Amino acid sequence: MKRLINQRPGPVSTAALALLPFVVLALVYLLASDARLAENPNDKLLPSFSTLAESFVRLTSEPSQRTGEILLWKDTGASLRRLAQGVGISAAIGLILGVALGAIPLIRSGFAPFVAVLSLIPPMAVLPVLFIVFGLGELSKVVLIVVGITPFIVRDLQQRVQELPRELIIKAQTLGANSWQIVLRVILPQVVPRLIDAVRLSLGTAWLFLISAEAIAATEGLGYRIFLVRRYLAMDVILPYVVWITILAYLTDFLLKQISRRAFPWYHTGEPGR
Amino acid sequence: MTVTASNRPNTRVFGPAVLLLLAALSVSGNALAKDQFRIAWSIYVGWMPWDYAAESGIVKKWADKYGIEIDVVQINDYVESINQYTAGAFDGCVMTNMDALTIPAAGGVDSTALIIGDFSNGNDAVILRDKAELAEIAGQKVNLVELSVSHYLLARALASVGLTERAVTVVNTSDADMVSAFASGGPTAVVTWNPLVSEILAMPNTNKVFDSSRIPGEIIDLMVVNTETLKANPALGKALVGAWYETMSIMSKDDEAGRAARTAMGKASGTDLAGYDAQLASTKMFFEPAEAVAFAKSEQLPLTMEEVASFSFDHGLLGEGAPNPGFIGVAFPGERYFGDDGNLKLRFDAGFMQMAADGAL
Repeated sequence: MKRLINQRPGPVSTAALALLPFVVLALVYLLASDARLAENPNDKLLPSFSTLAESFVRLTSEPSQRTGEILLWKDTGASLRRLAQGVGISAAIGLILGVALGAIPLIRSGFAPFVAVLSLIPPMAVLPVLFIVFGLGELSKVVLIVVGITPFIVRDLQQRVQELPRELIIKAQTLGANSWQIVLRVILPQVVPRLIDAVRLSLGTAWLFLISAEAIAATEGLGYRIFLVRRYLAMDVILPYVVWITILAYLTDFLLKQISRRAFPWYHTGEPGR
Repeated sequence: MTVTASNRPNTRVFGPAVLLLLAALSVSGNALAKDQFRIAWSIYVGWMPWDYAAESGIVKKWADKYGIEIDVVQINDYVESINQYTAGAFDGCVMTNMDALTIPAAGGVDSTALIIGDFSNGNDAVILRDKAELAEIAGQKVNLVELSVSHYLLARALASVGLTERAVTVVNTSDADMVSAFASGGPTAVVTWNPLVSEILAMPNTNKVFDSSRIPGEIIDLMVVNTETLKANPALGKALVGAWYETMSIMSKDDEAGRAARTAMGKASGTDLAGYDAQLASTKMFFEPAEAVAFAKSEQLPLTMEEVASFSFDHGLLGEGAPNPGFIGVAFPGERYFGDDGNLKLRFDAGFMQMAADGAL
């Protein structure tokens, strides 16, 4: 008998199996929503798919009564700007500190334990302090993302630099390179794709901090809208926003992966499925 | 499909799982006659009597009298308590008149305002830093809990000096972070409620430029119960109203028992007797059922609800299907209605309070 661990689905059933959990989820939602709507047609907790679709169309096409702006695009713009600033700053700090800590033992001895301790502070716990130091505006939202993900990127890159084959560094030295040249010409090109990997892994956390910051004080943004309409149980707005955030997060991740593959094909040679 | 029998997902597992999820998702208000009820309350000066009534056994005494059981549950997050009530997890919940209209009523849950407990008479306020005139709010960022009664108060305040909301930028700020945010020095204008108002006013260079005593009777605190549940179980209404007015008669007196009751309520809300009495001073409590009945029957109440409905409609709080502010009908004692009487979802009922006034409970 063929063992379970050796049975591989064909291409069609792979696709079918991948879709299955989504279909089941949609079905469960549909049944529960129908049951609630049958009892109370105005129920807001589990709106029907048609309500959700109408609401999505409205959010993406009709200007708001109050401000005349199209809410979803305005919120997406505000949130992506904050996310890009936060992640961009974190990646820059991560690259500089990570390479310095990984490549130069003197710096590593001085700062690695400090960074390790910093990375253990839960950023949400220092949120009230961030507010008092950076105010309630844009700055504190970006700072929260930076505080949240930078220590992780720094430590990851430091590790990656230390993992580079020692032979490469020695070879560069025999060819007459000084420390600066080795960092610039040997280490840096090798860790940039690894930086992209680290950023991809930290994007989920970055979203978490972005939404948290927008929940506390904001005038626009994806997290702001969700926490605002939560007040009157508008699931017809919340659910499309959650789906939209998921799509954005997926697309950002996909984009970074493609950039990495195009720019650093050598880094991806060992990957499965290529 | 090339799926073989051995790795096809087992449908027998999904059946019960779906049913379980369905059951979890479809908790709903049970309109059938029953004898166990749950009501939710959250911390606010006008609702602390519920805590005292439950702790001191008054609620149990009245529930026993009518042969039912009432579970009084404290919820830390005010909005969450209303959402839970709307979803059907509770038979009753304390909330303001505006939230009663925009959350359960707009969500299609037919609700009855069983008890009109009090109205805010200064508890909600607009505070400016370094400025003493309300009109100077123009052009400022205003921190408040958006779409709450604070937002309504701001709209009323702006109208009183001929401004509209376009004159300011509203920044949605969690009430939990209001005081520390203001202390950080950034915000220059806030709208919030007690006890946060007194904490912010204790900071230097702060001025209260408008408060709810300028719009008396518009921010009303209610005990709201599910209309179907109440119809099927009038005992619930009688027990709750009986317990409430017994508590009122104890706490309103300046004797030892009254002070002890108010001290307990103060402690439970994080202050002391003096602090609680100070908050009561800016709250118009209806200690006597007759006062609340008169308020429910007044000419003013329908006008107030019209004002609140129009604010809610302008801010999209009545739901997307709402074509006009009167889309959700509100009923008042004496066959009076506001809005669509074919879609009555919020009912002010003076019947039970009248029974209390007549000593008929």
